[in-house]
Amino acid sequence: MAIDLLYFAWVREAVGRDGETVDPPASVATVADLLDWLAASSAAHAAAFADRVRLRAAVDQRFVPLDTTIAGAREIAIFPPVTGG
Amino acid sequence: MIEVRVQPEDFDPGAELARLEALEVGAVASFTGLVRGDDGLGAMTLEHYPVMTGPALRAIADEAAARWPLTGLILIHRHGRMIPGDRIVFVGTASSHRAAALESCAFLIDWLKTDAPFWKREEWADGSARWVEARAEDDDARRKWR
Repeated sequence: MAIDLLYFAWVREAVGRDGETVDPPASVATVADLLDWLAASSAAHAAAFADRVRLRAAVDQRFVPLDTTIAGAREIAIFPPVTGG
Repeated sequence: MIEVRVQPEDFDPGAELARLEALEVGAVASFTGLVRGDDGLGAMTLEHYPVMTGPALRAIADEAAARWPLTGLILIHRHGRMIPGDRIVFVGTASSHRAAALESCAFLIDWLKTDAPFWKREEWADGSARWVEARAEDDDARRKWR
């Protein structure tokens, strides 16, 4: 099923776009799996997702750990730790 | 009254305080966060996740209202490009109890740092730019409210 991906801050700059729509295979079960799968798609993705400690995610607008399942997700955002306030 | 606003425009802290004072409950506390002008910072841009930001701020506000007896709560967070001295964020709380007003205000600021989808990008006088790194102290500050 198609998933809308959104990238923010330096993740957006590193990937080179603010989002994309993807349709990962069934073997991609978690956000971390998705990052592995995307990293294999281009050098820019690989560079953006190289250091997982610096990445956070939201599935359907809720902050989640990277080991969260993406089953049924419609929108997944990948970004650095937030720095608002 | 719980009010949450995400906007590019500036706001007037005095006007917001007056609205909280009009609730006539005895105690109003507030915090205004500004762009620092030290070390040659030229400008700061706050990026955010538009679809998520409003609900995330509302959840933080609701959490504060669940923990303290608040009569009023105003939370305003700006996005976009700002220069030193510009206001970024406002938190105002009104309660019958001064401790509730003060503590909830501090709670809201701590949680805004860790639970709202904003990212700061700094532009420096020498032309360089960098994304602000999250600090471990901010996570520590959030945890102390558990």
